[in-house]
Amino acid sequence: MAFSFTEEQEQFRDVLARFLRDKSPTTEIRKLMETDSGYDGDVWRQVCTDMGLAGIHLPEESGGAGYGPVELGIVMEEQGRALLCGPYLSSAVLAGLAIGAVASGEEQAARLVGIADGSVVATLAVTENQGLWHAADITTQAVPVDGGYQLTGRKSFVSDGQNADIIYIVAENGAGLSLFAVDADADGLAVEGLEGVDATRRIAHLTFTNCAAELVGAEGAFDLEAVFDQVLIAFAHEQLGGAQAMLDSALEYAKLRVQFGRVIGSFQALKHRFADLHVELELAKAAVYQAAQALEDGDDVRAYASMAKATASDIFLFAAKECIQFHGGIGFTWENDTHLWFKRAKSSEVFLGSPADHRERMLQAMGV
Amino acid sequence: MDINLDDIRNEVREWLAENWDDSLSLIEWRTKLADSGWGMPDWPVEYFGRDLPPSAVAVVQEEFAAIGAIGAMKSGPRMLAAVTILAHGNQAQKQRFLRRIITGEDAWCQLFSEPGSGSDLAGSTTRADKKGDKWIVNGQKVWNTSAHHADYGILVARTDWDEPKHTGLSYFLIDMHQPGVEVRQLKQMNGYASFNEVFFTDAEVPEDFLLGELGEGWPIAMTTLAYERRVAAGNREAGEDKGREGVIYDQYREESAIATEPYAWYPQRAGRSDLIIDRARETGSIEDAAIRQDIAKLLIKRQSMEWFIKRLAEVQKAGKARGPEGSVTKLTASEVARMSADLHTEITGIDAMLTGPDSPNDGIIAEVLVSVPAVSIAGGTDEIQKNIVAERLLDLPKEPRFDTGPFKDVKRN
Repeated sequence: MAFSFTEEQEQFRDVLARFLRDKSPTTEIRKLMETDSGYDGDVWRQVCTDMGLAGIHLPEESGGAGYGPVELGIVMEEQGRALLCGPYLSSAVLAGLAIGAVASGEEQAARLVGIADGSVVATLAVTENQGLWHAADITTQAVPVDGGYQLTGRKSFVSDGQNADIIYIVAENGAGLSLFAVDADADGLAVEGLEGVDATRRIAHLTFTNCAAELVGAEGAFDLEAVFDQVLIAFAHEQLGGAQAMLDSALEYAKLRVQFGRVIGSFQALKHRFADLHVELELAKAAVYQAAQALEDGDDVRAYASMAKATASDIFLFAAKECIQFHGGIGFTWENDTHLWFKRAKSSEVFLGSPADHRERMLQAMGV
Repeated sequence: MDINLDDIRNEVREWLAENWDDSLSLIEWRTKLADSGWGMPDWPVEYFGRDLPPSAVAVVQEEFAAIGAIGAMKSGPRMLAAVTILAHGNQAQKQRFLRRIITGEDAWCQLFSEPGSGSDLAGSTTRADKKGDKWIVNGQKVWNTSAHHADYGILVARTDWDEPKHTGLSYFLIDMHQPGVEVRQLKQMNGYASFNEVFFTDAEVPEDFLLGELGEGWPIAMTTLAYERRVAAGNREAGEDKGREGVIYDQYREESAIATEPYAWYPQRAGRSDLIIDRARETGSIEDAAIRQDIAKLLIKRQSMEWFIKRLAEVQKAGKARGPEGSVTKLTASEVARMSADLHTEITGIDAMLTGPDSPNDGIIAEVLVSVPAVSIAGGTDEIQKNIVAERLLDLPKEPRFDTGPFKDVKRN
């Protein structure tokens, strides 16, 4: 297992960070929060075409760059740090990884090319009543009709459910779990947009009533847990990036803000809390980066993936809460940017399973 | 210098084949080692070494281990003295002391901490006053591992009270066998007595036992402390003898037992997180959802720390480390130990009231509970580590100082 990034990966991160700083200032984020889609189509096209980020982890024959989970992690971390508004998680990560897991050859290429170049926005609908990635919670049924399928069921908390051109759905059809595709304008699909705490991200409930769907890959081929592991590792990186943004912001403020005739960062009560935060962030980075390395190496990552999600969710929220406290009163205002990340942290804490859920999943994966 | 490790391996193998002789006494064998330089391969040729790079040391050790040959004596605090003398001593001091350290003939202890200066090590008030051609030492030191077995000590004492605190200190080598030096074992809250207090009452140090220049005590002490941080764990390891028979092995086992005895409880100090899952299974608390959460948190912290250490090693190898990252590891180790002790208590329940043979794992768990408080103090408290992280990794302002100016005017205990 490698324990450091290569020179090339570090350079990629730097280029990416500069691009995102330029394209996603908080003035833009605040404007986009108020729009229906929540993102800027021009910036999204640059993300996909100029930078090739949506396909970073997708195979070259499917229009991607052919890199692995480590590079995807770098992209997720940096876009999480910049709080980039756009369907990256939904389209590139969730749908991209789900398709990659079940489809191959021409079918895979046909479905991924549009995701990679940004001409198609896709998402993945998994969770239902409990909002958890549990096979037992998936009751949406796919019934064969006229050489195709019809879906009936209700999917909850679908990321960018209202933005997607194509929705990929995990459903039960007697052979186990399979992946299906539904066009956003299909008859029998009802989209219920939800108001989220995190205004930089769109979520929706989707109801399917005898809705025409195409099977993706083979029947019963969808390995829910394996796709979940990959998604968790990518998502954990996004939270790491958010945590880093919060630590950086708090540090910058503590070095400028003067009270009692000295910068507040000179008070030991604050210095020690900054040290605690730094230590926790370094540990979370180790956990998340090594989960990605293990995935890259083809190791069994079940325990590591849940470890990564639990620890990244915890550090992001910890950093965001501390960032507010370090800012004092101004940190509680709408005008101050901290709440943008705090809300992302809150929302991410429970999305894809809470830290407690993942600690339990990790223990079970370890046979404890 | 272009070094071929295979050549070194062949060379040491040949030398051992010709020279290793388990009918010799331990001292006789170690004298051969010192003369040949194979005991300390990375030391200079003129001082019992072979001028080989650090990477060769492991190769040499492997060859020794392969045939059960005993190496130079390195256990306990003696190597702190050795590396410091090697770095700062004059020719006569190196000739006089280094050989007898690595042969095991002389044991050494470290005399740095004082009751009045723990975290603030430079606030030493043990004094050395020049009288004729001797230094007369008065004062008290504490936390002196193995001082009760020591022949010599490395001592930091104040020689100039008009200088600021860091420049008024000097570094001495002191003979522990003299009337003015009294060593008392210090019993800890966990019942062990692994350390000592050392009292100096007009103890004498000959002029030529000053190490380096007068007033250079602090920078020289940094050499000692840097080595201590780097290899602390290695000092505690017992020699591996695999039950071999013979006088030389008996002597070696006896020597190792004395040198490593103070560290017997150190695994318990670290929290014994390795026992947690078995204990939870034995007690049935593995089924308890709240305990499972705590177990998971502990395992995550420990695994993350192990990975952090490996990542840091890569960064250091690439020459990109900033230096104080070890404080992150130390703070995490403290946290792992505390979490582990808390969890052992939770799992053990009312039996955590007991100690010794009446308590679980023949007293090991009880020993964890009363030993863990040491881990966040020894080797630099958590609070000092947090200052280091904040100031040197996060570039936050340094603590205001109230101890500049002549030391005699500085407020102290």
